[in-house]
Amino acid sequence: MEATIEANAYDNRGWIRHGGRKLSDYFVFNTDHKVIGIQYMVVAFIFFIIGGLLAETMRTELAAPGTQFVGGSSYNQLFTLHGTIMIFLWIIPAFVGLANYAVPLMLGANDMAFPKLNAFSFWLTIPGAILLIASFFVGGAESGWTAYPPLSLQTPAGQTLWAIALQFIGFASIFSAINFLVTIFNMRAPGMTLMRMPLLAWSMIATSIIIILGTPVLSAALAMLTVERLLGANFFSGGVGGDPLMWQNLFWFYSHPAVYIMILPGFGIISEVIPVFSRKPIFGYKLIAFSSLAIAIFGFLVWAHHMFTSGMDPFLRVPFMITSMIIAVPTGVKIFSWLATIWGGKLRFTTPMMFALAFISMFVIGGISGVFLASVPIDIHVQDTYFVVAHLHYVLFGGSVMAIYAGVYFWYPKITGRMYSERMGKLHFWMNFIGFNITFLPQHVLGLQGMPRRVADYAPEFMLWNLVSTLGSFLLAASTLPFLWTAVASLFKGKPAGNNPWRSLTLDWTVTSPPPIHNYPVPPVVTSDPYGYGERTIVQPPVPVPAPSGGGGD
Amino acid sequence: MSQTPVTTAIEHETTYSSTGLDSRKLGMWIFLATEVMIFSALIGALLSAKQRSPADANDMLNIPITGINTFVLIISSFMVAMALQSALNNNQKRVRLFLLATLGLGATFLGIQMFEYRTLLHEGFTPTTTPFSGAFFTVTGLHGFHVFIGLILILWLLPQVFKGKFGPHNYMRIEVFGLYWHFVDIVWIMLFTLVYLL
Repeated sequence: MEATIEANAYDNRGWIRHGGRKLSDYFVFNTDHKVIGIQYMVVAFIFFIIGGLLAETMRTELAAPGTQFVGGSSYNQLFTLHGTIMIFLWIIPAFVGLANYAVPLMLGANDMAFPKLNAFSFWLTIPGAILLIASFFVGGAESGWTAYPPLSLQTPAGQTLWAIALQFIGFASIFSAINFLVTIFNMRAPGMTLMRMPLLAWSMIATSIIIILGTPVLSAALAMLTVERLLGANFFSGGVGGDPLMWQNLFWFYSHPAVYIMILPGFGIISEVIPVFSRKPIFGYKLIAFSSLAIAIFGFLVWAHHMFTSGMDPFLRVPFMITSMIIAVPTGVKIFSWLATIWGGKLRFTTPMMFALAFISMFVIGGISGVFLASVPIDIHVQDTYFVVAHLHYVLFGGSVMAIYAGVYFWYPKITGRMYSERMGKLHFWMNFIGFNITFLPQHVLGLQGMPRRVADYAPEFMLWNLVSTLGSFLLAASTLPFLWTAVASLFKGKPAGNNPWRSLTLDWTVTSPPPIHNYPVPPVVTSDPYGYGERTIVQPPVPVPAPSGGGGD
Repeated sequence: MSQTPVTTAIEHETTYSSTGLDSRKLGMWIFLATEVMIFSALIGALLSAKQRSPADANDMLNIPITGINTFVLIISSFMVAMALQSALNNNQKRVRLFLLATLGLGATFLGIQMFEYRTLLHEGFTPTTTPFSGAFFTVTGLHGFHVFIGLILILWLLPQVFKGKFGPHNYMRIEVFGLYWHFVDIVWIMLFTLVYLL
């Protein structure tokens, strides 16, 4: 199972391939972590576009009060599919893809610990994705991505497909988390102690712990929902002895930690980008590493803050309010560490750095509205209003998506061997940043004015900010075009990147761009931490790795 | 100082591991943590469903025959442990014998469970009867599915056993399978206590 040099050579015989040299290598069961990383990223991005088009449909409907062209049950299906796709088929797989590509390289490993399991995880996502889309066409899931019973027991057959689809994607996620943990613990290059690991590896440890302990609870809940829908067991339906709150407890026991699954890899990416473009050692390495673990642990103690108005025991709301506020502390520790890293640095405002800085500011806004929502009296008033929608988009778009873009621009030269167009990148950034804020900032106001979420129609007094939000969302959608342009055109026309265009000190930048198929024919030996910018000497040129016998890969 | 790879020629051993633990074993332990969570969630739901069901909801369950079944599964766990020990002693004949015994006992367990299900369904104890009955079939069904997967894994191991592949230097697959099988066994002991006896 271990990745040996022999096992890592290019292989396109049989049904299991290794390495990406031809285009067709990317469409098959391929055990190379770099190929799998790209597969994840491309598939995730396709679903980002699909989920985005669903969102634009909703926003267009919401531009004016009244029901124009989607209403009632089709609107319900739209937001259900939008939420489910964006979470399970965009943010999570996009991060898995980036980490799949970068983490083994950063650790000095030749591949993940279990390359076949890695490919299996990816290919398990595909049937899940197909089932999810299919659910839309058989008269679909209409109960939101949270699928609360009894509504999710009354919706058409598509809801069952939805549950089975998530089961597939959940197991893909579990298997890749096992792979990441074993890889990070067991596949580090000689000299790469835990405290010398790049922070992305630490954040993947924390993410994987959450997936290992949280996702199976979702699997159990989905299994119960499926059994109840198909065989008529009574888990969740009130009246016949079921307990609808049990679903909420099980669902949020996974799905609150799941928001950290969607942000912790982002924290890791930002921790890589900030020091490189500030030319300073990261401030508080251990604080950042251990605060990720603290988030992973505390993440399991806050789930009932989603249920303050559900009829749960009122007394229990107090401890959950306290833990929910406490979890802001490790997050704040990270924010201050990044600010201290930037402070006094020699900043280079490249596109990934711009996205990283946007990440910090936008995530702070989302984090602060999160602390508002953790407070019981405020939550009771704004529960299920657009304030919640604004909050979650500030953390998941302003946070996670900005981090994904930062990561994609940061590793684009490594992955493709060519530089992206900085002009297009900047254009993308500004359209994205401005469009995002015009779309979601007004939703705070709408929420405080009392506009409920998940409705296709609204009272006329909410018109103004809805229109602004819709116009902003068009700009936000259009911002994807310059990204796609540079992502595709730079593949052919971009300037050659060289091994280390950012003068970064992590191991992934010591190999050629794109890396050879078996990353490190000679294992590197690590002698110091990865963030020693400007500490004693100027950056040493990386020692070239001998050309692999199997030739370069792409 | 920068993080510079020194290109000294270090033999990259095939079983290189930073922690010294075998990756397959570590991976299986992490997987079992996942399994603990999935069964915890289901057992929690089952106990909650039991509270919401009539007090005599589990009176129809056949404790003596399930007790025998529990014994069968525990013996099969012992057989896996013996198979591993035999591999370490390089006693090929006994590796084969003990793994076949595990297969037989596991299949017996599933057979008795099928018989139990059939009897219960005949007597009107179906998934829809009470919240408890639905949870009963879900949880024991998932456990039975795990036993079934275990049997498939034995069928995957057996050809390798008959080729004499395992010995004192190559026993990890049996050990990792054993971890899984013992876990499935322990889950059943929990289920027998919580579902049948309580």
